[in-house]
Formats: sequence, C-alpha cells, structure tokens
Amino acid sequence: MDKFTTITGVAAPMPLVNVDTDMIIPKQFLKTIKRTGLGVNLFDEMRYDQQGNEIPDFVLNQPAYREAQILVAGDNFGCGSSREHAPWALLDFGIRCVIAPSFADIFFNNCFKNGILPIVLPQDQVDVLMADAKKGANARMTVDLEAQTVTTSDGQSFGFEVDPFKKHCLLNGLDDIGLTLEQVSAIDAFEAKASAQRPWV
Amino acid sequence: MTAPRTLYDKIWDDHVVHQSEDGTCLLYIDRHLVHEVTSPQAFEGLRMAGRKVRAPEKTIAVPDHNVPTTWDREKGIDNEESRIQVDALDKNARDFGINYYPVSDIRQGIVHIVGPEQGWTLPGMTVVCGDSHTATHGAFGSLAHGIGTSEVEHVLATQTLIQKKSKNMKVEITGKLRPGVTAKDITLSVIGKTGTAGGTGYVIEYCGEAIRDLSMEGRMTVCNMAIEGGARAGLIAPDEKTFEYVKGRPHAPKGAAWEAALAYWKTLFTDEGAHFDKVVTIRGEDIAPVVTWGTSPEDVLPITDVVPAPESFAGGKVEAARRSIDYMGLTPGMKLTDIKVDAVFIGSCTNGRIEDLRAAAEVLKGKKLAPGVRGMVVPGSGLVRLQAEEEGLADIFKEAGFEWRLAGCSMCLGMNPDQLAPGERCAATSNRNFEGRMGRGGRTHLMSPVMAAAAAITGHLTDVREVLAETV
Repeated sequence: MDKFTTITGVAAPMPLVNVDTDMIIPKQFLKTIKRTGLGVNLFDEMRYDQQGNEIPDFVLNQPAYREAQILVAGDNFGCGSSREHAPWALLDFGIRCVIAPSFADIFFNNCFKNGILPIVLPQDQVDVLMADAKKGANARMTVDLEAQTVTTSDGQSFGFEVDPFKKHCLLNGLDDIGLTLEQVSAIDAFEAKASAQRPWV
Repeated sequence: MTAPRTLYDKIWDDHVVHQSEDGTCLLYIDRHLVHEVTSPQAFEGLRMAGRKVRAPEKTIAVPDHNVPTTWDREKGIDNEESRIQVDALDKNARDFGINYYPVSDIRQGIVHIVGPEQGWTLPGMTVVCGDSHTATHGAFGSLAHGIGTSEVEHVLATQTLIQKKSKNMKVEITGKLRPGVTAKDITLSVIGKTGTAGGTGYVIEYCGEAIRDLSMEGRMTVCNMAIEGGARAGLIAPDEKTFEYVKGRPHAPKGAAWEAALAYWKTLFTDEGAHFDKVVTIRGEDIAPVVTWGTSPEDVLPITDVVPAPESFAGGKVEAARRSIDYMGLTPGMKLTDIKVDAVFIGSCTNGRIEDLRAAAEVLKGKKLAPGVRGMVVPGSGLVRLQAEEEGLADIFKEAGFEWRLAGCSMCLGMNPDQLAPGERCAATSNRNFEGRMGRGGRTHLMSPVMAAAAAITGHLTDVREVLAETV
C-alpha cells in the first residue's frame, strides 16, 4: 500500500448524496481477478454514453478535473455493496482522498486498506470545499494527514478527525495482515480458550 | 455485578482476541463465507505472501454472483470473465482446502441462503463475507457483516478482523402486522424512516412482537437489509424458532454438543436495562405494503401513495430526488399504482427462500402474468428449488407464465446474463434499486414477494390487499 502523507491537487466537485458503489464501479467490471486497471471505468455509466463516448458534462471528463486527486461529495458516499473495486477504481484513476459529510461503513474501511483517505467534515465545511473545488484546475487543495487539515486554494483550513491506528497505517503504508500476525500467540490462545468454551463452533 | 449488556455487547465480548488502548480490537471470526467476485484478489494475496488459510474448516465457499441460472448451465459459462472468476474459486477452494459447494452441487446457491441452510450459521457466532448482505445471518443472533477484499484476505490469513465497536441501536416493531404486510415491508419501512445513513456507525437489534412473530425466513429478510439502512449489522435474539430451524442441519451441533450449545444460546439476549445509543419504534399496525419509487432504498412509500415532488425534500436530497424521478421515468404526483412494469423478478438473498416462494405462489395460483410482462423466479439455492418443485410451487409459477430458473444471485445485480434492458421497469423482491443495478438504464421498484406477484398479475404496481380481497 502506498503511504499517504500530504497531497496537493485538484479537487473534483460531486455534489450528490448517496453516491453508491454501483455508480462508482458498475457490476460488469467486478469480473476482474486483479486490483488494477479499473480507473478507466470509474463512474462508468455516468461518465460514458451507451456507445462508450465520454459525456462532456460529467465532472471527471471536464478538462479542469481530469487529473483530480481529491473528490468532494455529498452525504453517505460509497453506500451499497462491499466491493473493494470501488476504492480500487478511485485509486487507479488517481483519487487519493474523498471528502464528504458522511460515508458508508464498508466503503470507508476499504479506503484505508488502499491508501485512500476518506475525510468526514460537517456539511457547512464541505460546502466551502465544494465551492472551492468548483473553481477548477487552478484551485488546488492541500490535505495534510499528519496535521489532520484540509486547506483550500485561498488558504482556509479545516481540521478533521481520523482514527489514530488507521492514521498510523496510512502514514506508514502498513499492511494490516503483517501487523496482526505479530499477535499470532494471542490468536492461538483465544482459539484454545474458545474451543473449550464453545466446542461446537 | 456486571453492567447489563446488549446482545451485540455479549457476542462482541466473547470474540475479542486483543484490545488496544485506543479501543481498536482484534475480533475472532467463527465463520467466513466466500464467493467468486470478492475473493480472487484475496487468495492471490495469500499466494504472493506464502500464507495459508488459517482455519479452512471455518471457511465456506460457493459461487453465486456470476453463475448462469438457465437450465443448460452445466455446459459452462459463456462469458469468459465470469468463467475465469468461477474457475478461480474452484481452484482456490481446492488449493486452500476450504469447504466448497460448486455449481454442479445441488446445495449450491446464494451464499447467504446456503450458510443458514447447511447449519454453518449458528447463534452467537461472528460471521463475515465479502458481501454487504452478510447482515442476513444476524437473524440467528450472530454478529454478521460484510467486508472488503483486503479484509477477506485478512480473515483468511488470521481468522480475525481489526475492528472498533459500533454503537447499539434498537429497532422495535410493536404489535401485529396487518394482512398483506410482510418482513420486507418492515425492513423497507425502517429504512424509509431512518434513511440509508440512519444506521451508520450502529449495530441494530430488531425486537418487538412483530419481529418475534416472524419466521426465520422473515427475520433473515429483515436483517438482510440492515446494510441498506447503513448499519454495520442487524441482529435478532435467538429463540425457540431459531433453535428449531437450526436443529438437525448438516453442520449444526449434535447430541451433547447440541445441549451445550443450546445452554449458551439461551444466554444470548439483551439484558434488562442495557443501554442503546439510539431507539426507533414503529407500530406494526402502522406498516403498509410498501414499494420504492426512486433509486435509493430509502425512497419508500406505501403503495397507496403518489410519486413525491423533489421540492418536498430538504438539502442534497432535493437534487437526488429530481435525478431519481428522471431516471425512473416518473412524474411527481402520479399514483404509485399507475406505474406499469415490464418485468417481475422474484429471488435474491433478501427474498429467495422457500417461504418467499410460497407467499408469491399463493397470490399467483390460477393467475397469469399480465400481457407483455416477463417474469422470472430464481430460487435462492438448489435445495430451495427442489423443495418448491416438490410442493408444486414451481408449477404455479410456470403456469402463470414465469420462467423457473436455477439458483444464483441473478438479476438482483445483473452480473450474469439476467438483466434489464435500458428503460425496462421491474417489480423486484431484491434489495437495491440503484441506477443500473439490474442492467444499465433498468428501473427497479423494490417490494415484497406478494407485492411482486400482485404486480405480475395486473401489469402495474398493485396493492396486494386488493388482489387478496378479490380472491376471497
């Protein structure tokens, strides 16, 4: 997993609530057995018409946002299925950070496993960032994970909360499995105790 | 004396392997269900790191999302990518020695139907799967939730998950349901009331007389859609119905182990005075047969209502409602019962169990699909299909003009060829009405099996109570 420390980049505005994982990556692209290559199909049915031509109005097709690294969105972003293809597609496109008033639980967790930082901010602050994002390619936001701040192109800064363990893993690009396996003796001990107490499991 | 605990607290406490100072826990996983779509990258990760599956005997795999549901499926899968995914699961199950129900096995079906059916799902367990509808298993009083592929790999390698505890939410459905109102109407009505993000950060315990009165099938329908309300999991305390359902299933405990299990399971309830962070109460009598009109499961209304005006909402929902109504090809103010359908889909992990098929067949008995409407019934497992055939339900569906299919996820997410065409409108017993969910441009109205059956007969969204009244 790539580390996440600080990024400065273009933020794309997507002022929609309930952006679901079927929108982010439609099911026909879940047939892959790889994690990469999904960026071209990110938001596929919003981004391309049925003939596969780009829909010019869609935000990521606009010249200002084709290189966006940050997405600013509405409530309950990432709702729906558990498909990790959603953060894989965002990452493959180049999005490293999504900012919204709220996220769906599974999507939120999946982001951290892939070096993407989901940031929850109150609606009024998201509104400010959304307005900043709408200014286009010259308005570059800065996200600093160490300091836990988002700063707009004109210098307005907002602090955000992040789980300390998740922050530590993102800052250092750590693999969860490796960390958990350091506790293998605790897992062994738990299994021994549980199989005595609940042998039917 | 220990403080009173909720059912969720109890299951959580019994599975904590390790707790860090910041509250992050390593949680032990009792059952890991696996399907072909969200697992290939996880097994690949294990191979690359030279890791094994830690507890293959607690890991159960079944292909369901991609598999064809047509009767000629033994000839193989036409779509190359789908075939590669199912073949990969075959190989991974073999290589890593996990329990497996291949497409050719009569027990194959939707993972959330197979798990309970085979007795893998038991009260008090932690159950995960790389699929958001894992919440289904909460009906047994187990803590069950969906995970992403990285977490699938984590569970395969360590049999644990890194988790922080959610908050407790109680959803109580008091009193009795009225005729024509089902478990699906309960779960949709709860989402309609709390919204798709209303459960975010919570584990929901469903309780109350109307929940207790539900069969295990009905309880699974309710818990299945906890995720649509944003909750991490939904659960229901086990009772005699639960034990009766579990008893004798292939992987349920037997003999002395059964007695020991039963004694433990009977401790799985929320203590008097336990704290809930949020409480929602709905009177069972107030729940009507409902349908969705939009492209979010929270877009729920009683069938007697009309398509709402976007301006009647607040905040970002105004634009979302406008977009939904446009996508769904509706007009604000039109009666829901005036919405004509092109297709009817009965199946999915929400409503693909035997009781669902019985309920739909009861409405359809001696009736025909309305002219121009196509109907499809996809049983949730091979065993559900066999039982429905033995009970004569399959004949009722076929005589009504429905296609009778083999088990799989099918049209619910349209990963196999079972899809809607652009603009096609479907009365569906599935769980998501998202844009494009059942096929690009397809329009989905969620409802119960009896409501779907009623729409099949009339060709438009219909109040099942009127169809039932005519039959009497």
